[in-house]
Amino acid sequence: MTTYLVRRLAQSLIVLLGVSFVVFFILHLTGDPAAVLLPPDASAEDLQRFRQAMGFNDPFFVQYGRFLRGALQGDFGQSIRHGEPAFGLVVERMPATFELSGAALVIALALAIPAGIVSAVRRNTTVDYVSTVVALLGQSLPTFWLGIMLILVFSVHWGWLPSSGRGRIEHLILPAITLGLFTTARIARLTRSGMLDVLSQDFIRTARAKGVGDPPVVWKHALKNAAIPIVTIVGIELGTLLGGSVITETIFAWPGVGRLSVQAIYNRDYPVVQAAVFLLASTFVLVNLVVDVLYTYLDPRIRLR
Amino acid sequence: MAHPAAQGRREWLAFSRRLARRRTALFGAVVVAVVLAVALAAPLVSPFDPLGQDLENRLKPPGWQDGAGYIHPLGTDHLGRDILARVIFGARPALLVGVAAVLISGVLGMIAGLLSGYFGGPVDDVLMRLADIQLAFPFILLAIAVIGVLGPSLVTIIAVIGVSSWVIYARVVRGAVLSIREREFIQAAQALGVRDWRVLVRHILPNAFTPWLVVATLDMARVIVIESALSFLGLGVQPPTPTWGGMLADGRVYLSTAWWLATFPGLAILVAVLGINLFGDGLRDTLDPRLKI
Repeated sequence: MTTYLVRRLAQSLIVLLGVSFVVFFILHLTGDPAAVLLPPDASAEDLQRFRQAMGFNDPFFVQYGRFLRGALQGDFGQSIRHGEPAFGLVVERMPATFELSGAALVIALALAIPAGIVSAVRRNTTVDYVSTVVALLGQSLPTFWLGIMLILVFSVHWGWLPSSGRGRIEHLILPAITLGLFTTARIARLTRSGMLDVLSQDFIRTARAKGVGDPPVVWKHALKNAAIPIVTIVGIELGTLLGGSVITETIFAWPGVGRLSVQAIYNRDYPVVQAAVFLLASTFVLVNLVVDVLYTYLDPRIRLR
Repeated sequence: MAHPAAQGRREWLAFSRRLARRRTALFGAVVVAVVLAVALAAPLVSPFDPLGQDLENRLKPPGWQDGAGYIHPLGTDHLGRDILARVIFGARPALLVGVAAVLISGVLGMIAGLLSGYFGGPVDDVLMRLADIQLAFPFILLAIAVIGVLGPSLVTIIAVIGVSSWVIYARVVRGAVLSIREREFIQAAQALGVRDWRVLVRHILPNAFTPWLVVATLDMARVIVIESALSFLGLGVQPPTPTWGGMLADGRVYLSTAWWLATFPGLAILVAVLGINLFGDGLRDTLDPRLKI
Protein backbone atom coordinates (compact mmCIF):
# COMPACT_ATOMS: atom_id res chain seq x y z
CA MET A 1 0.00 0.00 0.00
CA THR A 2 2.91 2.38 0.77
CA THR A 3 4.28 1.92 -2.75
CA TYR A 4 0.83 2.70 -4.12
CA LEU A 5 0.62 5.93 -2.10
CA VAL A 6 4.16 6.98 -3.02
CA ARG A 7 3.41 6.36 -6.69
CA ARG A 8 0.17 8.30 -6.45
CA LEU A 9 1.98 11.23 -4.77
CA ALA A 10 4.66 11.27 -7.48
CA GLN A 11 1.94 11.28 -10.15
CA SER A 12 0.23 14.23 -8.49
CA LEU A 13 3.50 16.19 -8.46
CA ILE A 14 4.02 15.49 -12.17
CA VAL A 15 0.48 16.64 -12.89
CA LEU A 16 1.04 19.86 -10.90
CA LEU A 17 4.23 20.50 -12.86
CA GLY A 18 2.27 20.05 -16.10
CA VAL A 19 -0.45 22.37 -14.80
CA SER A 20 2.13 25.05 -14.02
CA PHE A 21 3.54 24.77 -17.55
CA VAL A 22 0.10 25.17 -19.17
CA VAL A 23 -0.69 28.15 -16.93
CA PHE A 24 2.64 29.74 -17.87
CA PHE A 25 2.05 29.00 -21.55
CA ILE A 26 -1.36 30.75 -21.66
CA LEU A 27 0.40 34.14 -21.77
CA HIS A 28 2.73 32.97 -24.55
CA LEU A 29 -0.01 31.69 -26.87
CA THR A 30 0.18 34.67 -29.20
CA GLY A 31 3.98 34.72 -29.08
CA ASP A 32 4.14 38.15 -27.48
CA PRO A 33 3.11 38.31 -23.82
CA ALA A 34 3.91 42.02 -23.67
CA ALA A 35 1.19 42.75 -26.25
CA VAL A 36 -1.26 40.65 -24.22
CA LEU A 37 -0.51 42.41 -20.94
CA LEU A 38 -0.17 46.03 -22.11
CA PRO A 39 -3.12 48.05 -23.44
CA PRO A 40 -3.52 47.89 -27.26
CA ASP A 41 -2.45 51.55 -27.68
CA ALA A 42 0.96 51.03 -26.04
CA SER A 43 3.83 52.43 -28.13
CA ALA A 44 6.65 50.31 -29.55
CA GLU A 45 9.10 51.81 -27.02
CA ASP A 46 6.76 50.99 -24.12
CA LEU A 47 6.45 47.42 -25.36
CA GLN A 48 10.24 47.11 -25.65
CA ARG A 49 10.84 48.56 -22.20
CA PHE A 50 8.17 46.30 -20.68
CA ARG A 51 9.65 43.21 -22.37
CA GLN A 52 13.07 44.07 -20.95
CA ALA A 53 11.71 44.75 -17.46
CA MET A 54 9.63 41.56 -17.33
CA GLY A 55 12.38 39.42 -18.82
CA PHE A 56 10.30 38.42 -21.86
CA ASN A 57 13.46 38.61 -24.00
CA ASP A 58 15.05 35.72 -22.10
CA PRO A 59 14.99 32.18 -23.51
CA PHE A 60 11.61 30.44 -23.11
CA PHE A 61 12.70 27.89 -20.51
CA VAL A 62 14.53 30.51 -18.44
CA GLN A 63 11.23 32.38 -18.26
CA TYR A 64 9.36 29.20 -17.31
CA GLY A 65 11.93 28.47 -14.58
CA ARG A 66 11.39 31.95 -13.17
CA PHE A 67 7.60 31.52 -13.34
CA LEU A 68 7.78 28.15 -11.60
CA ARG A 69 10.00 29.48 -8.82
CA GLY A 70 7.55 32.35 -8.29
CA ALA A 71 4.51 30.05 -8.39
CA LEU A 72 6.01 27.77 -5.72
CA GLN A 73 6.36 30.80 -3.45
CA GLY A 74 2.85 32.02 -4.27
CA ASP A 75 4.14 34.84 -6.46
CA PHE A 76 2.24 35.27 -9.75
CA GLY A 77 3.12 38.96 -10.12
CA GLN A 78 1.02 42.03 -9.46
CA SER A 79 -2.58 42.36 -10.58
CA ILE A 80 -2.60 44.91 -13.39
CA ARG A 81 -6.04 46.16 -12.37
CA HIS A 82 -5.77 46.19 -8.57
CA GLY A 83 -2.01 46.75 -8.11
CA GLU A 84 -1.91 44.02 -5.44
CA PRO A 85 -0.26 40.59 -5.57
CA ALA A 86 -2.46 38.40 -7.81
CA PHE A 87 -2.06 35.37 -5.55
CA GLY A 88 -3.46 37.23 -2.52
CA LEU A 89 -6.50 38.41 -4.49
CA VAL A 90 -7.34 34.85 -5.52
CA VAL A 91 -6.73 33.31 -2.08
CA GLU A 92 -9.03 35.93 -0.56
CA ARG A 93 -11.86 34.71 -2.82
CA MET A 94 -11.27 30.98 -2.26
CA PRO A 95 -13.51 30.60 0.83
CA ALA A 96 -16.54 31.92 -1.09
CA THR A 97 -15.97 29.43 -3.91
CA PHE A 98 -15.45 26.55 -1.46
CA GLU A 99 -18.63 27.53 0.38
CA LEU A 100 -20.64 27.47 -2.86
CA SER A 101 -19.11 24.25 -4.21
CA GLY A 102 -19.44 22.58 -0.80
CA ALA A 103 -23.12 23.52 -0.50
CA ALA A 104 -23.76 22.29 -4.05
CA LEU A 105 -22.06 18.98 -3.27
CA VAL A 106 -24.05 18.54 -0.06
CA ILE A 107 -27.32 19.18 -1.92
CA ALA A 108 -26.26 16.79 -4.68
CA LEU A 109 -25.36 13.96 -2.30
CA ALA A 110 -28.43 14.48 -0.11
CA LEU A 111 -30.77 14.25 -3.12
CA ALA A 112 -28.94 11.90 -5.43
CA ILE A 113 -28.02 8.97 -3.20
CA PRO A 114 -31.51 8.35 -1.78
CA ALA A 115 -33.04 8.90 -5.23
CA GLY A 116 -30.59 6.48 -6.83
CA ILE A 117 -31.17 3.82 -4.16
CA VAL A 118 -34.96 4.06 -4.32
CA SER A 119 -34.82 3.95 -8.14
CA ALA A 120 -32.72 0.79 -8.06
CA VAL A 121 -34.72 -0.99 -5.35
CA ARG A 122 -38.08 -0.08 -6.88
CA ARG A 123 -36.91 -0.65 -10.42
CA ASN A 124 -39.42 0.00 -13.25
CA THR A 125 -42.00 1.61 -10.95
CA THR A 126 -43.34 5.16 -11.23
CA VAL A 127 -40.77 6.38 -8.68
CA ASP A 128 -37.98 5.00 -10.84
CA TYR A 129 -39.34 6.56 -14.03
CA VAL A 130 -39.85 9.97 -12.42
CA SER A 131 -36.37 10.06 -10.92
CA THR A 132 -34.82 8.85 -14.19
CA VAL A 133 -36.56 11.56 -16.19
CA VAL A 134 -35.61 14.24 -13.64
CA ALA A 135 -31.98 13.07 -13.73
CA LEU A 136 -31.96 13.17 -17.51
CA LEU A 137 -33.40 16.70 -17.50
CA GLY A 138 -30.84 17.71 -14.89
CA GLN A 139 -28.03 16.52 -17.13
CA SER A 140 -29.41 18.40 -20.11
CA LEU A 141 -30.24 21.78 -18.51
CA PRO A 142 -27.53 24.36 -19.14
CA THR A 143 -26.40 25.77 -15.77
CA PHE A 144 -26.60 29.39 -16.80
CA TRP A 145 -30.15 29.08 -18.09
CA LEU A 146 -31.31 27.25 -14.97
CA GLY A 147 -29.80 30.05 -12.84
CA ILE A 148 -31.58 32.73 -14.84
CA MET A 149 -34.91 30.86 -14.68
CA LEU A 150 -34.58 30.40 -10.89
CA ILE A 151 -33.94 34.15 -10.54
CA LEU A 152 -36.94 34.86 -12.78
CA VAL A 153 -39.25 32.70 -10.66
CA PHE A 154 -37.95 33.03 -7.10
CA SER A 155 -36.48 36.55 -7.13
CA VAL A 156 -38.27 38.54 -9.82
CA HIS A 157 -41.72 36.92 -9.77
CA TRP A 158 -42.22 35.84 -6.15
CA GLY A 159 -39.48 37.89 -4.48
CA TRP A 160 -38.67 35.06 -2.06
CA LEU A 161 -34.91 34.81 -2.44
CA PRO A 162 -32.14 37.29 -3.26
CA SER A 163 -30.71 37.06 -6.80
CA SER A 164 -27.18 38.19 -6.00
CA GLY A 165 -24.50 38.63 -3.37
CA ARG A 166 -23.21 36.56 -0.46
CA GLY A 167 -23.90 36.73 3.25
CA ARG A 168 -26.89 34.95 4.76
CA ILE A 169 -28.05 31.43 4.02
CA GLU A 170 -30.78 32.77 1.66
CA HIS A 171 -28.05 34.02 -0.64
CA LEU A 172 -26.62 30.54 -0.91
CA ILE A 173 -29.80 28.65 -1.87
CA LEU A 174 -30.31 29.57 -5.54
CA PRO A 175 -26.62 29.48 -6.58
CA ALA A 176 -26.04 26.16 -4.77
CA ILE A 177 -29.05 24.53 -6.47
CA THR A 178 -27.97 25.90 -9.85
CA LEU A 179 -24.42 24.65 -9.45
CA GLY A 180 -25.42 21.32 -7.91
CA LEU A 181 -28.12 20.13 -10.32
CA PHE A 182 -25.82 18.62 -12.93
CA THR A 183 -23.81 16.81 -10.27
CA THR A 184 -27.04 15.60 -8.61
CA ALA A 185 -28.16 14.05 -11.89
CA ARG A 186 -24.77 12.40 -12.47
CA ILE A 187 -24.54 10.91 -8.98
CA ALA A 188 -28.18 9.75 -9.03
CA ARG A 189 -27.66 7.86 -12.29
CA LEU A 190 -24.42 6.37 -11.02
CA THR A 191 -25.94 5.31 -7.69
CA ARG A 192 -28.85 3.66 -9.51
CA SER A 193 -26.68 1.67 -11.89
CA GLY A 194 -24.18 0.82 -9.12
CA MET A 195 -26.94 -0.46 -6.84
CA LEU A 196 -28.54 -2.47 -9.66
CA ASP A 197 -25.17 -4.12 -10.32
CA VAL A 198 -24.65 -5.00 -6.66
CA LEU A 199 -28.24 -6.11 -6.01
CA SER A 200 -27.99 -8.74 -8.75
CA GLN A 201 -24.88 -10.34 -7.25
CA ASP A 202 -24.69 -13.69 -5.51
CA PHE A 203 -23.90 -12.50 -1.99
CA ILE A 204 -27.08 -10.43 -1.97
CA ARG A 205 -29.09 -13.47 -3.02
CA THR A 206 -27.37 -15.45 -0.28
CA ALA A 207 -28.19 -12.79 2.31
CA ARG A 208 -31.83 -12.77 1.19
CA ALA A 209 -31.95 -16.58 1.23
CA LYS A 210 -30.66 -16.54 4.79
CA GLY A 211 -33.70 -14.44 5.62
CA VAL A 212 -32.04 -11.03 5.99
CA GLY A 213 -34.77 -8.39 5.62
CA ASP A 214 -35.00 -5.84 2.84
CA PRO A 215 -33.70 -2.74 4.69
CA PRO A 216 -30.47 -4.36 6.00
CA VAL A 217 -29.76 -5.91 2.59
CA VAL A 218 -30.06 -2.54 0.89
CA TRP A 219 -28.32 -0.38 3.49
CA LYS A 220 -25.69 -2.70 4.92
CA HIS A 221 -24.81 -5.14 2.17
CA ALA A 222 -25.50 -3.34 -1.08
CA LEU A 223 -24.78 0.33 -0.39
CA LYS A 224 -21.37 -0.41 1.11
CA ASN A 225 -20.30 -1.91 -2.19
CA ALA A 226 -22.04 0.62 -4.38
CA ALA A 227 -20.31 3.41 -2.43
CA ILE A 228 -16.92 2.78 -4.03
CA PRO A 229 -17.64 4.27 -7.48
CA ILE A 230 -19.64 7.05 -5.80
CA VAL A 231 -16.58 8.14 -3.79
CA THR A 232 -14.50 8.27 -6.97
CA ILE A 233 -17.03 10.35 -8.82
CA VAL A 234 -17.29 12.81 -5.93
CA GLY A 235 -13.61 13.67 -6.45
CA ILE A 236 -14.11 14.11 -10.16
CA GLU A 237 -17.37 16.03 -9.74
CA LEU A 238 -15.53 18.51 -7.54
CA GLY A 239 -13.69 19.53 -10.70
CA THR A 240 -17.04 20.03 -12.44
CA LEU A 241 -18.23 22.13 -9.49
CA LEU A 242 -15.10 24.30 -9.35
CA GLY A 243 -15.34 24.82 -13.12
CA GLY A 244 -19.09 25.38 -13.01
CA SER A 245 -18.60 28.02 -10.33
CA VAL A 246 -17.20 30.28 -13.07
CA ILE A 247 -20.65 30.54 -14.68
CA THR A 248 -22.77 30.31 -11.52
CA GLU A 249 -20.77 32.99 -9.70
CA THR A 250 -21.09 35.28 -12.71
CA ILE A 251 -24.89 34.91 -12.81
CA PHE A 252 -25.44 35.38 -9.07
CA ALA A 253 -22.66 37.98 -8.52
CA TRP A 254 -21.14 35.56 -6.01
CA PRO A 255 -17.77 37.01 -4.88
CA GLY A 256 -15.63 33.91 -5.53
CA VAL A 257 -12.67 32.91 -7.66
CA GLY A 258 -14.82 32.15 -10.72
CA ARG A 259 -16.30 35.63 -10.94
CA LEU A 260 -12.90 37.19 -10.18
CA SER A 261 -11.32 35.29 -13.07
CA VAL A 262 -14.05 36.17 -15.57
CA GLN A 263 -13.65 39.85 -14.64
CA ALA A 264 -9.86 39.49 -14.85
CA ILE A 265 -10.19 38.06 -18.38
CA TYR A 266 -12.39 41.00 -19.43
CA ASN A 267 -9.81 43.40 -17.93
CA ARG A 268 -6.89 41.50 -19.53
CA ASP A 269 -5.52 41.11 -15.99
CA TYR A 270 -3.61 37.91 -16.77
CA PRO A 271 -1.54 37.52 -13.58
CA VAL A 272 -4.86 37.09 -11.73
CA VAL A 273 -6.13 34.64 -14.37
CA GLN A 274 -2.94 32.58 -14.07
CA ALA A 275 -3.09 32.51 -10.27
CA ALA A 276 -6.79 31.51 -10.34
CA VAL A 277 -6.37 28.73 -12.90
CA PHE A 278 -3.33 27.40 -11.06
CA LEU A 279 -4.99 27.43 -7.63
CA LEU A 280 -8.24 25.80 -8.79
CA ALA A 281 -6.37 23.10 -10.71
CA SER A 282 -4.11 22.43 -7.70
CA THR A 283 -7.16 22.15 -5.45
CA PHE A 284 -8.62 19.56 -7.81
CA VAL A 285 -5.38 17.53 -7.85
CA LEU A 286 -5.14 17.62 -4.05
CA VAL A 287 -8.76 16.60 -3.49
CA ASN A 288 -8.38 13.68 -5.88
CA LEU A 289 -5.24 12.57 -4.07
CA VAL A 290 -7.19 12.59 -0.80
CA VAL A 291 -10.07 10.69 -2.45
CA ASP A 292 -7.65 8.03 -3.66
CA VAL A 293 -6.24 7.61 -0.16
CA LEU A 294 -9.78 7.26 1.25
CA TYR A 295 -10.48 4.77 -1.47
CA THR A 296 -7.78 2.41 -0.23
CA TYR A 297 -9.65 2.19 3.07
CA LEU A 298 -13.00 1.53 1.37
CA ASP A 299 -11.74 -1.04 -1.09
CA PRO A 300 -9.36 -3.63 0.39
CA ARG A 301 -8.54 -4.94 -3.10
CA ILE A 302 -6.46 -1.81 -3.74
CA ARG A 303 -4.58 -2.14 -0.46
CA LEU A 304 -3.17 -5.44 -1.63
CA ARG A 305 -1.60 -4.03 -4.79
CA MET B 1 -21.90 -17.07 -48.42
CA ALA B 2 -23.34 -13.59 -48.65
CA HIS B 3 -21.44 -10.76 -50.24
CA PRO B 4 -19.58 -8.79 -47.47
CA ALA B 5 -21.16 -5.45 -48.43
CA ALA B 6 -24.65 -6.93 -48.36
CA GLN B 7 -23.92 -8.55 -45.03
CA GLY B 8 -22.68 -5.24 -43.62
CA ARG B 9 -25.85 -3.54 -44.79
CA ARG B 10 -27.99 -6.23 -43.19
CA GLU B 11 -26.17 -5.86 -39.86
CA TRP B 12 -26.66 -2.14 -40.03
CA LEU B 13 -30.38 -2.61 -40.67
CA ALA B 14 -30.71 -5.03 -37.77
CA PHE B 15 -28.93 -2.56 -35.52
CA SER B 16 -31.18 0.33 -36.63
CA ARG B 17 -34.24 -1.78 -35.89
CA ARG B 18 -32.98 -2.63 -32.40
CA LEU B 19 -32.23 1.05 -31.77
CA ALA B 20 -35.64 2.15 -33.06
CA ARG B 21 -37.37 -0.26 -30.67
CA ARG B 22 -36.11 1.87 -27.80
CA ARG B 23 -38.77 4.54 -27.80
CA THR B 24 -36.72 7.15 -25.93
CA ALA B 25 -33.79 6.70 -28.34
CA LEU B 26 -36.13 7.01 -31.30
CA PHE B 27 -37.61 10.17 -29.79
CA GLY B 28 -34.10 11.56 -29.28
CA ALA B 29 -33.17 10.74 -32.87
CA VAL B 30 -36.28 12.52 -34.17
CA VAL B 31 -35.53 15.61 -32.04
CA VAL B 32 -31.92 15.70 -33.27
CA ALA B 33 -33.06 15.27 -36.88
CA VAL B 34 -35.55 18.14 -36.55
CA VAL B 35 -32.96 20.46 -34.96
CA LEU B 36 -30.49 19.56 -37.69
CA ALA B 37 -33.03 20.09 -40.45
CA VAL B 38 -34.09 23.46 -39.01
CA ALA B 39 -30.44 24.56 -38.76
CA LEU B 40 -29.72 23.55 -42.36
CA ALA B 41 -32.91 25.07 -43.76
CA ALA B 42 -32.85 28.15 -41.48
CA PRO B 43 -33.35 30.73 -44.26
CA LEU B 44 -36.36 28.77 -45.55
CA VAL B 45 -38.18 28.15 -42.26
CA SER B 46 -37.36 31.41 -40.49
CA PRO B 47 -40.27 33.91 -40.54
CA PHE B 48 -37.97 36.97 -40.30
CA ASP B 49 -34.38 38.07 -40.92
CA PRO B 50 -32.61 37.25 -37.62
CA LEU B 51 -30.60 40.48 -37.89
CA GLY B 52 -33.48 42.72 -39.03
CA GLN B 53 -34.10 45.40 -36.40
CA ASP B 54 -37.50 46.98 -35.97
CA LEU B 55 -37.21 49.62 -33.27
CA GLU B 56 -40.95 50.39 -33.31
CA ASN B 57 -41.66 46.82 -32.24
CA ARG B 58 -39.12 46.41 -29.44
CA LEU B 59 -39.71 43.89 -26.63
CA LYS B 60 -43.03 42.63 -28.04
CA PRO B 61 -44.36 39.69 -25.97
CA PRO B 62 -44.94 36.27 -27.56
CA GLY B 63 -47.93 35.91 -29.89
CA TRP B 64 -50.34 34.42 -27.34
CA GLN B 65 -49.79 37.35 -24.95
CA ASP B 66 -49.87 40.08 -27.56
CA GLY B 67 -53.12 41.66 -28.72
CA ALA B 68 -51.64 42.23 -32.16
CA GLY B 69 -51.67 38.47 -32.78
CA TYR B 70 -49.10 35.99 -34.03
CA ILE B 71 -46.81 38.26 -36.06
CA HIS B 72 -43.87 37.43 -33.78
CA PRO B 73 -44.75 33.99 -32.34
CA LEU B 74 -42.05 34.17 -29.62
CA GLY B 75 -41.91 37.96 -29.34
CA THR B 76 -39.11 40.39 -30.17
CA ASP B 77 -35.92 41.43 -28.39
CA HIS B 78 -34.60 44.84 -27.26
CA LEU B 79 -33.80 45.78 -30.87
CA GLY B 80 -37.10 44.53 -32.26
CA ARG B 81 -35.54 41.40 -33.78
CA ASP B 82 -37.77 38.34 -34.07
CA ILE B 83 -36.91 35.83 -31.32
CA LEU B 84 -38.08 32.77 -33.27
CA ALA B 85 -35.86 33.70 -36.23
CA ARG B 86 -32.88 34.17 -33.91
CA VAL B 87 -33.53 30.88 -32.11
CA ILE B 88 -33.64 29.11 -35.50
CA PHE B 89 -30.43 30.70 -36.75
CA GLY B 90 -28.79 30.18 -33.34
CA ALA B 91 -28.85 26.44 -34.00
CA ARG B 92 -26.20 26.91 -36.70
CA PRO B 93 -23.17 28.01 -34.62
CA ALA B 94 -24.18 25.55 -31.87
CA LEU B 95 -24.26 22.53 -34.20
CA LEU B 96 -21.26 23.67 -36.23
CA VAL B 97 -19.10 24.01 -33.12
CA GLY B 98 -20.55 20.76 -31.77
CA VAL B 99 -19.74 18.67 -34.84
CA ALA B 100 -16.35 20.25 -35.59
CA ALA B 101 -15.05 20.16 -32.00
CA VAL B 102 -16.23 16.58 -31.49
CA LEU B 103 -14.46 15.51 -34.71
CA ILE B 104 -11.18 17.14 -33.61
CA SER B 105 -11.23 15.81 -30.05
CA GLY B 106 -12.54 12.45 -31.23
CA VAL B 107 -9.70 11.94 -33.71
CA LEU B 108 -7.06 13.13 -31.22
CA GLY B 109 -8.50 10.90 -28.49
CA MET B 110 -8.78 7.91 -30.84
CA ILE B 111 -5.09 8.22 -31.80
CA ALA B 112 -4.01 8.67 -28.17
CA GLY B 113 -6.15 5.76 -26.98
CA LEU B 114 -4.94 3.41 -29.73
CA LEU B 115 -1.26 4.19 -29.06
CA SER B 116 -1.68 4.09 -25.29
CA GLY B 117 -3.52 0.79 -25.24
CA TYR B 118 -1.53 -1.00 -27.94
CA PHE B 119 2.02 -0.04 -26.99
CA GLY B 120 1.54 0.34 -23.23
CA GLY B 121 4.69 1.03 -21.18
CA PRO B 122 6.23 4.50 -21.41
CA VAL B 123 3.90 5.60 -24.24
CA ASP B 124 0.91 4.76 -22.04
CA ASP B 125 2.47 6.46 -18.99
CA VAL B 126 3.16 9.71 -20.83
CA LEU B 127 -0.26 9.88 -22.50
CA MET B 128 -2.14 9.07 -19.31
CA ARG B 129 -0.21 11.71 -17.33
CA LEU B 130 -1.08 14.21 -20.07
CA ALA B 131 -4.71 13.17 -19.61
CA ASP B 132 -4.47 13.77 -15.85
CA ILE B 133 -3.00 17.23 -16.47
CA GLN B 134 -5.80 18.04 -18.89
CA LEU B 135 -8.46 16.86 -16.44
CA ALA B 136 -7.01 18.92 -13.58
CA PHE B 137 -8.13 22.16 -15.24
CA PRO B 138 -11.60 23.53 -14.67
CA PHE B 139 -12.53 23.24 -18.35
CA ILE B 140 -14.53 26.41 -18.83
CA LEU B 141 -11.94 28.55 -17.01
CA LEU B 142 -9.09 27.26 -19.15
CA ALA B 143 -11.20 27.77 -22.29
CA ILE B 144 -12.09 31.37 -21.48
CA ALA B 145 -8.49 32.16 -20.46
CA VAL B 146 -7.16 30.89 -23.79
CA ILE B 147 -9.95 32.51 -25.84
CA GLY B 148 -9.36 35.73 -23.89
CA VAL B 149 -5.73 35.76 -25.07
CA LEU B 150 -6.36 34.64 -28.66
CA GLY B 151 -9.58 36.63 -29.19
CA PRO B 152 -12.99 35.05 -29.78
CA SER B 153 -13.73 33.66 -33.25
CA LEU B 154 -15.44 30.56 -34.59
CA VAL B 155 -12.09 28.90 -35.40
CA THR B 156 -10.59 29.66 -31.98
CA ILE B 157 -13.64 28.28 -30.18
CA ILE B 158 -13.67 25.06 -32.20
CA ALA B 159 -9.91 24.64 -31.76
CA VAL B 160 -9.94 25.28 -28.00
CA ILE B 161 -12.85 22.94 -27.28
CA GLY B 162 -11.56 20.33 -29.76
CA VAL B 163 -7.99 20.23 -28.46
CA SER B 164 -8.95 20.11 -24.78
CA SER B 165 -11.70 17.44 -24.90
CA TRP B 166 -9.72 14.39 -26.06
CA VAL B 167 -9.29 12.67 -22.68
CA ILE B 168 -12.60 10.80 -22.47
CA TYR B 169 -12.15 9.36 -25.98
CA ALA B 170 -8.58 8.31 -25.18
CA ARG B 171 -9.64 6.53 -21.99
CA VAL B 172 -12.55 4.67 -23.56
CA VAL B 173 -10.59 3.65 -26.68
CA ARG B 174 -7.63 2.61 -24.53
CA GLY B 175 -9.88 0.36 -22.46
CA ALA B 176 -11.31 -1.24 -25.60
CA VAL B 177 -7.83 -1.76 -27.10
CA LEU B 178 -6.55 -3.41 -23.91
CA SER B 179 -9.18 -6.13 -24.19
CA ILE B 180 -8.98 -6.53 -27.98
CA ARG B 181 -5.17 -6.73 -27.94
CA GLU B 182 -5.21 -10.09 -26.21
CA ARG B 183 -7.64 -11.69 -28.67
CA GLU B 184 -6.44 -14.48 -30.96
CA PHE B 185 -7.00 -12.73 -34.27
CA ILE B 186 -4.65 -9.93 -33.20
CA GLN B 187 -2.00 -12.37 -32.03
CA ALA B 188 -2.42 -14.26 -35.30
CA ALA B 189 -1.89 -11.07 -37.31
CA GLN B 190 1.20 -10.23 -35.25
CA ALA B 191 2.57 -13.75 -35.66
CA LEU B 192 2.16 -13.42 -39.43
CA GLY B 193 4.42 -10.36 -39.27
CA VAL B 194 1.79 -7.70 -39.97
CA ARG B 195 3.16 -4.26 -39.10
CA ASP B 196 1.95 -2.56 -35.91
CA TRP B 197 0.25 0.37 -37.64
CA ARG B 198 -1.61 -2.01 -39.93
CA VAL B 199 -2.80 -4.12 -37.00
CA LEU B 200 -3.94 -0.93 -35.29
CA VAL B 201 -5.80 0.52 -38.27
CA ARG B 202 -7.19 -2.65 -39.89
CA HIS B 203 -7.94 -4.85 -36.89
CA ILE B 204 -8.10 -2.85 -33.67
CA LEU B 205 -9.65 0.45 -34.78
CA PRO B 206 -12.85 -1.10 -36.20
CA ASN B 207 -13.39 -2.92 -32.91
CA ALA B 208 -12.77 0.18 -30.77
CA PHE B 209 -15.09 2.28 -32.92
CA THR B 210 -18.35 1.38 -31.13
CA PRO B 211 -17.49 2.82 -27.70
CA TRP B 212 -15.91 5.80 -29.47
CA LEU B 213 -19.17 6.53 -31.30
CA VAL B 214 -21.18 6.45 -28.08
CA VAL B 215 -18.77 8.86 -26.38
CA ALA B 216 -18.79 11.17 -29.41
CA THR B 217 -22.58 11.34 -29.43
CA LEU B 218 -22.87 12.11 -25.72
CA ASP B 219 -19.95 14.56 -25.87
CA MET B 220 -21.71 16.56 -28.57
CA ALA B 221 -24.32 17.52 -25.96
CA ARG B 222 -21.60 18.75 -23.61
CA VAL B 223 -19.89 20.76 -26.37
CA ILE B 224 -23.15 22.50 -27.32
CA VAL B 225 -23.64 23.57 -23.70
CA ILE B 226 -20.04 24.84 -23.58
CA GLU B 227 -20.47 26.79 -26.83
CA SER B 228 -23.57 28.44 -25.35
CA ALA B 229 -21.76 29.15 -22.07
CA LEU B 230 -18.89 30.83 -23.95
CA SER B 231 -21.36 32.94 -25.98
CA PHE B 232 -23.19 33.76 -22.75
CA LEU B 233 -19.93 35.13 -21.29
CA GLY B 234 -19.31 37.15 -24.47
CA LEU B 235 -16.42 34.91 -25.57
CA GLY B 236 -18.27 32.92 -28.23
CA VAL B 237 -19.18 33.73 -31.83
CA GLN B 238 -19.53 37.50 -31.78
CA PRO B 239 -22.70 39.54 -32.33
CA PRO B 240 -24.67 40.31 -34.41
CA THR B 241 -24.56 36.58 -35.38
CA PRO B 242 -27.34 35.06 -33.25
CA THR B 243 -26.17 32.47 -30.72
CA TRP B 244 -28.31 30.85 -28.01
CA GLY B 245 -25.87 31.87 -25.28
CA GLY B 246 -25.61 35.43 -26.58
CA MET B 247 -29.42 35.77 -26.65
CA LEU B 248 -29.55 34.56 -23.04
CA ALA B 249 -26.98 37.16 -22.02
CA ASP B 250 -29.08 39.89 -23.71
CA GLY B 251 -32.24 38.57 -22.10
CA ARG B 252 -30.74 38.58 -18.62
CA VAL B 253 -30.74 42.39 -18.69
CA TYR B 254 -34.50 42.47 -19.38
CA LEU B 255 -35.40 39.67 -16.98
CA SER B 256 -37.83 41.70 -14.87
CA THR B 257 -39.71 43.20 -17.83
CA ALA B 258 -39.44 40.76 -20.74
CA TRP B 259 -39.14 37.13 -19.61
CA TRP B 260 -39.32 35.71 -23.14
CA LEU B 261 -35.89 37.03 -24.15
CA ALA B 262 -34.01 34.64 -21.87
CA THR B 263 -36.55 31.81 -21.81
CA PHE B 264 -36.74 30.65 -25.45
CA PRO B 265 -33.04 30.40 -26.33
CA GLY B 266 -32.57 28.38 -23.13
CA LEU B 267 -35.41 26.06 -24.13
CA ALA B 268 -33.72 25.62 -27.52
CA ILE B 269 -30.49 24.51 -25.82
CA LEU B 270 -32.44 22.18 -23.55
CA VAL B 271 -34.31 20.54 -26.47
CA ALA B 272 -31.15 20.04 -28.56
CA VAL B 273 -29.10 18.70 -25.63
CA LEU B 274 -31.89 16.47 -24.33
CA GLY B 275 -32.43 14.99 -27.81
CA ILE B 276 -28.75 14.20 -28.17
CA ASN B 277 -28.56 12.70 -24.65
CA LEU B 278 -31.60 10.48 -25.24
CA PHE B 279 -30.22 9.29 -28.56
CA GLY B 280 -26.73 8.76 -27.07
CA ASP B 281 -28.12 6.79 -24.11
CA GLY B 282 -30.06 4.56 -26.50
CA LEU B 283 -27.00 4.11 -28.69
CA ARG B 284 -24.97 3.04 -25.66
CA ASP B 285 -27.62 0.63 -24.40
CA THR B 286 -27.93 -0.95 -27.86
CA LEU B 287 -24.26 -1.10 -28.82
CA ASP B 288 -22.38 -1.47 -25.58
CA PRO B 289 -24.49 -1.73 -22.41
CA ARG B 290 -21.44 -2.34 -20.21
CA LEU B 291 -19.87 1.01 -21.15
CA LYS B 292 -19.76 3.27 -18.08
CA ILE B 293 -19.96 6.88 -19.17
